[in-house]
Amino acid sequence: MTDCDKCEELLQGYLDRELTDDEVVIAEAHLNGCDYCRRRYRFEESLRVYVRTTAAERMPPGLMERLAQLRVTDAGATPI
Amino acid sequence: MVDPDTAEPDGARRAATEARDRVRFEEEALALADQVYRVARRFVSTREEAEDLVQDTYARAFRSWQSYTPGTNLRAWLLRILTNLNVDRGRRLQRRPDETPLEETDYYLANRMAESAGEQVLDQDRVVERLSQDSIVTALSSLPDDFRDVVVLVDIGDFSYADAAQILDIPLGTVMSRLHRGRRLLKSRLAEEAVQ
Repeated sequence: MTDCDKCEELLQGYLDRELTDDEVVIAEAHLNGCDYCRRRYRFEESLRVYVRTTAAERMPPGLMERLAQLRVTDAGATPI
Repeated sequence: MVDPDTAEPDGARRAATEARDRVRFEEEALALADQVYRVARRFVSTREEAEDLVQDTYARAFRSWQSYTPGTNLRAWLLRILTNLNVDRGRRLQRRPDETPLEETDYYLANRMAESAGEQVLDQDRVVERLSQDSIVTALSSLPDDFRDVVVLVDIGDFSYADAAQILDIPLGTVMSRLHRGRRLLKSRLAEEAVQ
């Protein structure tokens, strides 16, 4: 396995902040010295933000009122 | 002067405390509705289904509010109800992860974009915007249910691996493997759409 293969394998966990300390050291040392992997790291990082924002749809109007009507307490009469 | 709180019989005071707790629970749950809807919307294919699912979730949550432990993650608790309801509805494809095609590697989408437009394209800040919103939504909905559940919870809902494991009632290792495979599949699908 090349260093780039190893970096590719660690990259998702690195972005998720779920790597061990030792793995973080390996990933960062490689990213600092490798343009190829650093480009792909930045790509993956911005892809995540982009997926999150483009796939997020706001609640349709009216749903909040219908949810508030499901309340059991008296406060349900006045939607927050 | 008699303090009305201490003058109350125990039973009445308990009832008043419970009513206050219940109001607070309902308000805290409603404040999370938009975030719950965002996740629900990507679990199902239409807006109507997502609205139904969220309404059923809140109806059940308001009934069984006492099984929520104050101080724990309420958003995760609501999503646990929602994912169970979604499974109960049986609208899922029920495809087994083992039967899905092998996904490409993690760098696949970046590599395909670099092959078609040159390595330097990856230096552009807005390179990901070459992918349309439709293609991302379509690619997410095309994932096998078991993979999509995890990808949506972690990547759209911003839940930790541990929260996702608890919500879906699966081991942490299963969350990690489904997440990694699901993201690779997602990128394979995006590459099919985005890079001709």
